[in-house]
Parts: sequence; C-alpha cells; structure tokens
Amino acid sequence: MSRPARTTGGRIASHAVMALMAAYFLLPFWWLLVASTKDNDGLFGSAPLWFSGDFELFDNLSLLWRHDGGVYLRWLRNSALYSVVSGIGATAVAALAGYAFAKLRFPGRNLLFAALLGLIMVPATVLVLPTYLLMSEAGLTDTVWAVILPSLLNPFGVYLLRVYAHDAVPDEMLEAARIDGAGELRVFRSVALPAMRPALVTVLLFTMVATWNNFFLPLVMLSDSDLFPLTVGLRTWYQSATLGNAGPALFNVVVVGALVAIVPLIVAFLLLQRYWRGGLTIGALK
Amino acid sequence: MTAAARRPRVGRQAVAGWLFVTPFTVLLVLFLLLPMLYAAKLSLYRSTLVEGEVFAWLDNYRQALGDPEFRSGVRRVVLFGLVQTPVMIGIALVAALLIDEATSRFSRVFRLAAFVPYAVPVVIGTLMWGFLYSPNTGPLSSLTDVDFLSSGTVLYSLGNIVTWQWAGYNMIVLYAALQGVPREVYESARIDGAGAVQTALRIKTPMISAALVLVTIFTIIGTLQFFTEPLILQPLNPGAITNSYTPNVYAYHQAFSYQQYNYSAAISFLLGAVVFVGSYIFLFATRRKSALR
Repeated sequence: MSRPARTTGGRIASHAVMALMAAYFLLPFWWLLVASTKDNDGLFGSAPLWFSGDFELFDNLSLLWRHDGGVYLRWLRNSALYSVVSGIGATAVAALAGYAFAKLRFPGRNLLFAALLGLIMVPATVLVLPTYLLMSEAGLTDTVWAVILPSLLNPFGVYLLRVYAHDAVPDEMLEAARIDGAGELRVFRSVALPAMRPALVTVLLFTMVATWNNFFLPLVMLSDSDLFPLTVGLRTWYQSATLGNAGPALFNVVVVGALVAIVPLIVAFLLLQRYWRGGLTIGALK
Repeated sequence: MTAAARRPRVGRQAVAGWLFVTPFTVLLVLFLLLPMLYAAKLSLYRSTLVEGEVFAWLDNYRQALGDPEFRSGVRRVVLFGLVQTPVMIGIALVAALLIDEATSRFSRVFRLAAFVPYAVPVVIGTLMWGFLYSPNTGPLSSLTDVDFLSSGTVLYSLGNIVTWQWAGYNMIVLYAALQGVPREVYESARIDGAGAVQTALRIKTPMISAALVLVTIFTIIGTLQFFTEPLILQPLNPGAITNSYTPNVYAYHQAFSYQQYNYSAAISFLLGAVVFVGSYIFLFATRRKSALR
C-alpha cells in the first residue's frame, strides 16, 4: 500500500511523542529491573533509577526462595496451578458451549444465549461476597476449589468462541462428517475444534493470565497462606514491610518477588502477541 | 429434505446441544445466578442480636444512600472517572493514531511498550508505582517536589496507575478499529490536501466512534469498581486511603473487617445495579454505532 510521503518535521514530532510515551510505559519496569539488583539498604540509599554498584540480584533471589520458610515457591506453584487448571477448564467449557450455540439446533438455545448476553455485564464486585458465603456453606473456602471453580465460568469466552465458530466452522464439513456416521462428540472433536484453534488459544491465554493476575477472589476465599497465589502473597509481604510489623522490613524481597512474578507473563506476552491482539479484536469489533 | 427425514437428526442435535452447554449452564447458575440472587436476598435482611436475621425491606439501601462514608466514596469514584477516563482515552487515541500513521520499526516497538503494562497483574503494577511514589525509594517526589501520597494527591496518583496499566490496551482496541477503516477514505482526504493531523482529527477519529464508545464503557465500568489499587496502596497512607475510600473498598471492609454481610451486600448490589443498568442504557443508546450486538 503506497502512502504519500510525510514531512520530515511531522515524522520527527510523531516519533518524539512516541518516545516520550514509551519512556512513561517502561519506567516502572526499568525501575524494577534496577531495584532487583540492590539490597535493602541500596533501595533506600542509592539513586532509584540507576545501579548502586553492587550486584545483589542472586543474593536477593536466594533470599526470596528462603524467606518465610520458602513460601514464595509455593505461591508460584499455586499461581501456576490455578491458572493452568482454570485456563484449560474454562476453555474446554467455553469451546463446547460456544460451538453448540453457533452450530447445533436445540430448544432453548436462543433463550440461554440471551441470558448469557444479559449476564455478561454483571460486575464481579457483586458476586465475590455472596460466592464467598455460598462457598463457605459448602465448606469449600480455603481450598484450591474456591479459586478454581468460579474461574471456570467465562461468559465472554463463550461469546467470543460462538462468534468465531459461526464463521470458521464450515457447515458442509459438519454435515459430511455426520453423513459418514460420526457422532456429535466426534464431529466436534475432529471438525470443529481444529477449525476453532486460533480462538481457542486466545481464550486459553486470556483466562490463564486473568487467573494469574486475579486478586479479589483469592483474597476473599483464602486465609491459609500456603494456598495464596503470588498476587495475594506479595501483597501481604508488602503490607507487613510497609507497616513494619513483621520484624525487619525486607523490601528487596518484595521487589525481586515482583520481578519473578511478571517474567513468565512478559515472556508469554512477547511470544504470543498475535493471540493477545486477536482476543481484543475478535469479539469486540467487527 | 422433508420434515420427516430431518427430524431424527434434529433430535440428536438437540440432545448433543444440551449436553454441550450443560457444563457452562451449571457454572452460570452456580457462580453467577445463585450468588446474585443470594446477594439480593442478603441485602433485604438485617442481622439483629435479639431476633437474628429479620426481613428489613429496603432499610439497608436507605442506610447506604444516607451514609456519608458511602456517599463520599461514590463522589470520589465519580470525580476519578470524570478526570481519568478522558485523559486515558485521549492518550490511547493519540497513541493509536500515531501507530496507524507511522510504519517505522520504532512504532512497532512502541506498540509493544504501550501494551506490556496490561499484561502485568494490577497488584504488581500498583506495587511498582508505590515504590516510585515513595520519597524513600522512588525518584518522583524528589524530582517534582510533590508528595504523591498525601490525601490531596493520592487520587491522582492512583489515576496515573490506572492510566499506565490500561492506556495501551485501549490503544490496541482503537488501533484495530482504525485498521478496519478502508484506506480509500483517507486517500481522498489527502488528495483534497488535508494534512496528517487534520486527517487524524477530522476523519479518522469520527470513523472509529463505535470503538471509542466501547472503550469508554469498559473504562467507566472499571472505574466504578475501583478496588485493588487503593487497597494495595492503603498501608502507605492509611489516613488518606480510608476503609471507605471507594464503594468497593467500603463493601469489602464492611464484609470482611466488620462482618456486616447484609449491609455489604446492599452496597455492592447498589453499585452493581448502577454498573449493570448504566452500561446497558449506554449500549442501547449507542447500539447502532456500537458493535457489541
């Protein structure tokens, strides 16, 4: 596509604005990277945006693994467990439902889908407290299920996969598979699922990241610190370091803990950019 | 195909259809419908020492509407939304227009840089800014001579965190909308002699009004539910960020610090109803423009 040449002045101006904005967006990451190489005194005693001369990253990491009896590694494992199980579970549930809404005729389909659209906007705020109370009646609070089960519900994922399946799964192929005698589950597995793959990856990625980043739900559901995900765990460390009520304040542990918690996200983000952008644009626009 | 020949297949599809949507329906009932109804019920009761749970009609709602702490929280999030939403959408729009126009490699790097804060948990984004704001560990207050955590400024500091985290997300949505506009529209403007800035403001921006509406709704929904950022920064200045700082923080503390479940349910139900009804009115009013069908 040919674009008319712009004035050099305009190009410089627009790149200057972008450079300024990029500096703003990257500032906290730069700070975090620099800060994770300092010990606790260095955090307070040296220039915040430059290295202090000592390189304490590995000491900080080994402090992080050992702090509070090595609970950080548990949090890391918990976050991974919650996000993998919820991600796979929610994607499976949404794939079945999205495909059925798009391609199968069954009584009540339109009514149920209308209910989904009506409820998609119910804010999480309203749900957390009553879900906690109901979970507590069922004796499930303070278990992994209290975090995983509510995360399996992803109405937006169902909506997205329905929209995607509607166009991406060819009716003729479904019909052909049925004529060949395939059962509905087999038709779904061998025809629909492969055709829905890009959207499935998007939903999986979004649910996993949403669960990894979730704070409100685990904050409310869990009181046993061995079950905390990283978000809730780091908040308790930050809180006690700031309020100074748990012995010596170890801000460097919080800093390096934050760094380790976002590294997998940044890697996933850079490797899977295509799918991130896909998720933002499939359902919302067009 | 005759009706008789079709019937058995439709029957089989009906069974499969129901089986396929069953897991989702069960989850929808257990974790959305049931909690919502339960919250509604809770909000209509009151727990008393003598009689236990008694039906109290709308007493909790009446109390909330007259509660100065709740009202100041509502005023705060409304003020917050009025300032933060336009600022953030403005930044996102400028950024989207810039990357739509520029084709250099730097603009691709910029796109990534702007979007990466969205991938970071809100808890950690807030922690990082908390360190940056603190006069002991961050550069900002010595550079600007501003106390970012005082009761007068902390709301703006929180607004900056939200802007930082979500501007790139909104930029990507707006950029995708810009990419969907046929190029010929711009070309003809160019032939008419419109400059890049004029094209951006007069032609591109109106063309993506649907997407602008959408990101505005999502921002407002998020703003009203403002919770994680103030809760994380609370220990830095508990006097400024009180237990009733936002309606959601208030509802959280009512339930989990004071065990006032009924009152808490009324507050969050009130808030939820405003969000829910508000976003549907907004969507309906802009239905023709908006793409959320």
